[in-house]
Amino acid sequence: MMDLILQPWPWYISGALIAFVMWLLLYFGKSFGFSNNLRTLCTLCGADKFAPFFQFNWKAQSWNLLFLVGAGLGGYIASNFLTTPDYVVAISEGTIEDLAALGFAAPTAYAPPSQFGLEALSSWQNIMILVLGGFMVGFGARYAGGCTSGHAISGISNLQPASLLAVVGFFIGGLAMTHLIFPFIY
Amino acid sequence: MKQIKFLLAGTLFGIIMFKSEAASWYRIQEMFRFQDFHMYGIIGLAVAIGVPMVWFMKKNNAKDFSGAPIVFEPKSWSISRYLFGGIIFGLGWALSGACPGPIVVNIGAGFVGYIIVLIGALFGTFLYGILRDKLPH
Repeated sequence: MMDLILQPWPWYISGALIAFVMWLLLYFGKSFGFSNNLRTLCTLCGADKFAPFFQFNWKAQSWNLLFLVGAGLGGYIASNFLTTPDYVVAISEGTIEDLAALGFAAPTAYAPPSQFGLEALSSWQNIMILVLGGFMVGFGARYAGGCTSGHAISGISNLQPASLLAVVGFFIGGLAMTHLIFPFIY
Repeated sequence: MKQIKFLLAGTLFGIIMFKSEAASWYRIQEMFRFQDFHMYGIIGLAVAIGVPMVWFMKKNNAKDFSGAPIVFEPKSWSISRYLFGGIIFGLGWALSGACPGPIVVNIGAGFVGYIIVLIGALFGTFLYGILRDKLPH
């Protein structure tokens, strides 16, 4: 059993567990939507003085902030205690070749250290990429009224056409970035 | 203490995101290059379970743990909001390799670069709040 937990989890276990988390939050009387936390965090940083969008009862979202803290804790636990020492992300050969053409080495960690490790912070160009990537995630999630959890999982499960359109948008943007813009950045 | 269940649910979510590799920059690249079924299997199965689950809960007027009815709020229709917002989100998702949940999961896993991504996401959310009335919704 422990051996199975230490291996990467297959899609059919992972997908079922994500549905379980959605059910758990519904059972707790809440709805699954992670990016709402970004709005709450802005309010806690004082954004309510600048725009009415941030003037809301943030305490009603305190449960979601706890969920966020848990997500970070889960990442810490999984990366430190639930992996084998020789663990690398086993992506397909095709992806390894495509990324090599852009100058990325084959995976040696969960995320490329040159992009997200401590060394990543020594390049201004790289810091701009990180800020811009985050910026578009934050701006887009609020503009679209949700992220992957709110639209792709919760919204489509509730058969909302708006969520399906949002997910189509996620893919138009993601494909454009990967295939059209990446070759200019890397 | 009643709130601790949300911390535990979040911890479970974080472990699932990490162990499924849905929080890995490499898997997001693979997904947007259509080179493996993995990410599509994860999202597809979650939805394939979610659709009948939500249908069944609505049909039976399911209650939450406290006995209150579970409400599923419909999302009002708009093209510009979901299409433009979605495209901007997608550009950021591919560039940073993480959507909001996995950003936090990666910080927990020790990738300090994602602290910068999170700060960027907060600025993006802030700017949306400022510009909200001027954007087509």
